[in-house]
Amino acid sequence: MSDVRDVIVIGSGPAGYTAAIYAARADLRPLVFEGAVTSGGALMNTTEVENFPGFPKGIQGPELMNNLRDQAERFGAELVTDDVVAVDLTGEVKEVVTGDEQYGNRTVHRARSVIIATGSAYRRLGVPGEDRLSGRGVSWCATCDGFFFREQDIAVVGGGDSAIEEATFLSRFARSVTLIHRRDELRASKIMQARAKADPKLSFAWNSQVAEVLGEDKVTGVRLRDTVTGEERTLDITGLFIAVGHDPRSELLTGQVDLDEAGYITVEGRSTRTNLAGVFACGDVVDHTYRQAITAAGSGCSAALDAERFLAAQQ
Amino acid sequence: MSARAVTDASFEAEVLKSDKPVVVDFWAPWCMPCKKVSPILDEIAAGHSEISVVKVNADENPQVTATYGVTSLPTIAVFTNGEMVKAVVGARPKPKLLRDLSDWLA
Repeated sequence: MSDVRDVIVIGSGPAGYTAAIYAARADLRPLVFEGAVTSGGALMNTTEVENFPGFPKGIQGPELMNNLRDQAERFGAELVTDDVVAVDLTGEVKEVVTGDEQYGNRTVHRARSVIIATGSAYRRLGVPGEDRLSGRGVSWCATCDGFFFREQDIAVVGGGDSAIEEATFLSRFARSVTLIHRRDELRASKIMQARAKADPKLSFAWNSQVAEVLGEDKVTGVRLRDTVTGEERTLDITGLFIAVGHDPRSELLTGQVDLDEAGYITVEGRSTRTNLAGVFACGDVVDHTYRQAITAAGSGCSAALDAERFLAAQQ
Repeated sequence: MSARAVTDASFEAEVLKSDKPVVVDFWAPWCMPCKKVSPILDEIAAGHSEISVVKVNADENPQVTATYGVTSLPTIAVFTNGEMVKAVVGARPKPKLLRDLSDWLA
């Protein structure tokens, strides 16, 4: 059993690292669980980030995250590249568990406050063929897998900024990219829409829903259903990139921290306070609405300040 | 021992003709999740002499990458007796990866 620390941060996206920077500067010596393979969060799989203030020429997602990490470390945050497997946040002293009994490295970490910044995970379509052909033409990571589709006809599902970003990134490699969207207009920001519409390799399948991913041992097409008429048609493609949004990563907290019906952590007013004293939440695991790197970072700052005040009031 | 690099040219000798089960890590330098998985596979390689663990840079070795239909990175595949018997796609933490490979681990 370890000593009781002031604060543990779970997560390492813009929210988690910003909380760590502020907590470290407040001399709270935060212990940060970054995640075994998810450290750095969603931005690790992006390329250029153009809208993070302070970088007029843009910055690569992974570089931004490495900078935030270095900044947290510089002020004394203790960073651990491991997954949290269980928590008990209900008591005055919170317990956060890492490791695995089976491998003899199960460890219980204790703290007076916990900041949850676990972010979100990509959403699946939930259609036949999707799981079976995952890694066989179905992908969630354009920057990882785009290269395999050089000079091929592929599609992206989704209508938000990340779908457009994937589509315009993929059009560098592919022969053609079809953007499949269930409405007749995009949800993405104006600048991304303009970029999509100017891309000669990009075309749109409006009012279309993927009903099935087709192919035996690799993707050969998708069956599309028209969301207005219900008519079905087949689109021949060899790759399908899915960018239909994210769900909050809050499974660990179920039954302890109050969640809304979609699984987001609920917080009190404009604060980061959850229903449990000493437990704070920030970033995409809280945010239905904005979901930007900068809003996540801002809420990470709020969480550290809320934790600091909570700890001060305990003394 | 960390995972050895295998190429299109050496794949047959090092993987297909191996006496032991071989775990192949298909990766590429631009793939961020791959960077998380490679050190985990190095650790597994160091702790398990009953298997061999190798890595294939998909960027530089398009032939084997295409032969085995790899279109997502990282793909971690198991080969026994010259055949691919399992493939898992995407980065995963060590306990999960050990479970995925448990059939071939002592």
